[in-house]
Amino acid sequence: MQFALLIYESPEAFAARNSDETDAYLGAWRAYHKAIVEAGIFVGGNPLQAPETGTTVRMKEGKRRVQDGPFADAKEQLGGFTILELPSLDAALEWAARCPAASIGAVEVRPVSSQYLRRVTG
Amino acid sequence: MNGSGQEDAHRTIERVARESYGRLVAYLSANTRDVASAEDALSNALVAALTAWPRDGVPQNPEAWLLTTARHSFIDLVRHRQVAEASEPTLKLLREDSTEMTLSAEFPDERLKLLFVCAHPAIDPAMHTPLMLQTVLGLDAVRIAHAFLISPTTMGQRLVRAKTKIRDGGIQFEIPLERELPQRLDAVLEAIYAAFGISWDDMAGVDQRGRDLAEEAIWLARVLLQLMPGEAEVRGLLALMLHCEARRAARRGPDGRYVPLSEQHSDHWSLPLIEEAERHLAEASSRGRAGRFQLAAAIQSVHAERARSGRTEWTAIVLFYEQLIRISPTLGTKTGYAAAVGEANGPEAGLAVLDGIDPDGVSAYQPYWAVSAHLLQRLGRTSEAAEAFDRAIGLAEDPAVRQFLLQRRG
Repeated sequence: MQFALLIYESPEAFAARNSDETDAYLGAWRAYHKAIVEAGIFVGGNPLQAPETGTTVRMKEGKRRVQDGPFADAKEQLGGFTILELPSLDAALEWAARCPAASIGAVEVRPVSSQYLRRVTG
Repeated sequence: MNGSGQEDAHRTIERVARESYGRLVAYLSANTRDVASAEDALSNALVAALTAWPRDGVPQNPEAWLLTTARHSFIDLVRHRQVAEASEPTLKLLREDSTEMTLSAEFPDERLKLLFVCAHPAIDPAMHTPLMLQTVLGLDAVRIAHAFLISPTTMGQRLVRAKTKIRDGGIQFEIPLERELPQRLDAVLEAIYAAFGISWDDMAGVDQRGRDLAEEAIWLARVLLQLMPGEAEVRGLLALMLHCEARRAARRGPDGRYVPLSEQHSDHWSLPLIEEAERHLAEASSRGRAGRFQLAAAIQSVHAERARSGRTEWTAIVLFYEQLIRISPTLGTKTGYAAAVGEANGPEAGLAVLDGIDPDGVSAYQPYWAVSAHLLQRLGRTSEAAEAFDRAIGLAEDPAVRQFLLQRRG
């Protein structure tokens, strides 16, 4: 089954994305990506640009409401996601613990809802 | 009652709870096999003690007081359970043994039976350790969940399920028969070791699952040794864990950085713990049967020898690993063997051992890649080493280990 690893990062971690090639966090991410690809469990995923680049849209009583910034106002923000194919939640938690973001931010593990996907896609 | 008396009472409750928890749960559940109700009854008794003892003073025999109170609570719990007919045999058992012992201070120590129940072959092996930690030491599900990287709710549910199986699945509270003892004892030792959770090879980057529970694991091994003083492997396990524990402080530099075993200052090792480990190992080997835990402890003992001699006898470590692989050919043992061969006979010999390991099992096994990277680097095979470092870094969980490997990779 598929699990989404939702990567939550601090403002410092977002800022570190502009650092040079020797950055340890970047090095850790490269190695982690390699490990999940080599383990044959990588389905997909992408990093997201910094939260301030987000724009949130709502329709309220038929009117558009557009807000600068991310949906949730929190210190740690969604910084990307990775989808993994794994046999169990236990295995997914193990990979989440190895994720570099787990040591400085947080990683939320959510099963992909294939059942709901089937209902949506028909 | 005055303030300091209250403090005394609280301290006594804490102490009795820690020291007697397993004894009381084991005794209360030995006949009924109802571990969950025994735990509930004991926690009710502890809550009652928090009110009664500061008010009335600590009883003469706190443990007997808790047992009596817990038994009353146990009877209430069982009586209130919906399925009245199913609880009747339990009530009968509880009434039968309630008369004779409450007056005397002594009651039999049933913890050994409880340990064997927790590691029973009918229980999911993944639950052996969590069950022991909860029923013998009284750890809560949240703490156990953290150590085993499982959500607290899931851990709670799995513990409940395992206890239901003990109660309803006909698992007996008994010491296994002679012929099945070695295998059953091995499951108990394995479960205690899993709580300790430091892998045998300490080369570079270790799987430290459950590291928060090292003290608890050593406590469990001490309890087991007290109950089975004649079993060499119990001493072997205790010696192994004490040797690893002796090096705990040396595993981190002052800035929190990871220090591999080969670079640790031996004056940061704990001599009292090493000496205690050596005593147990000597006592175990005088009994003549070398088991896997004794061999693993012997390997650690050779490492500890560096504190005296200033050097590591890798040839001796290789020999112990060869014996260990014969008994226990696990991925961890083979990887540790490869690392030892790499030190004793050169990196190429070490790599040859690694090449002999089934590649299917290693894609997510961090120590394999760490050892591989180290050996390739020593041979100057830079690009292959970098590949292996990446795998080891990507699989590392501990940020200090990750940082260490990133620096090594260069």
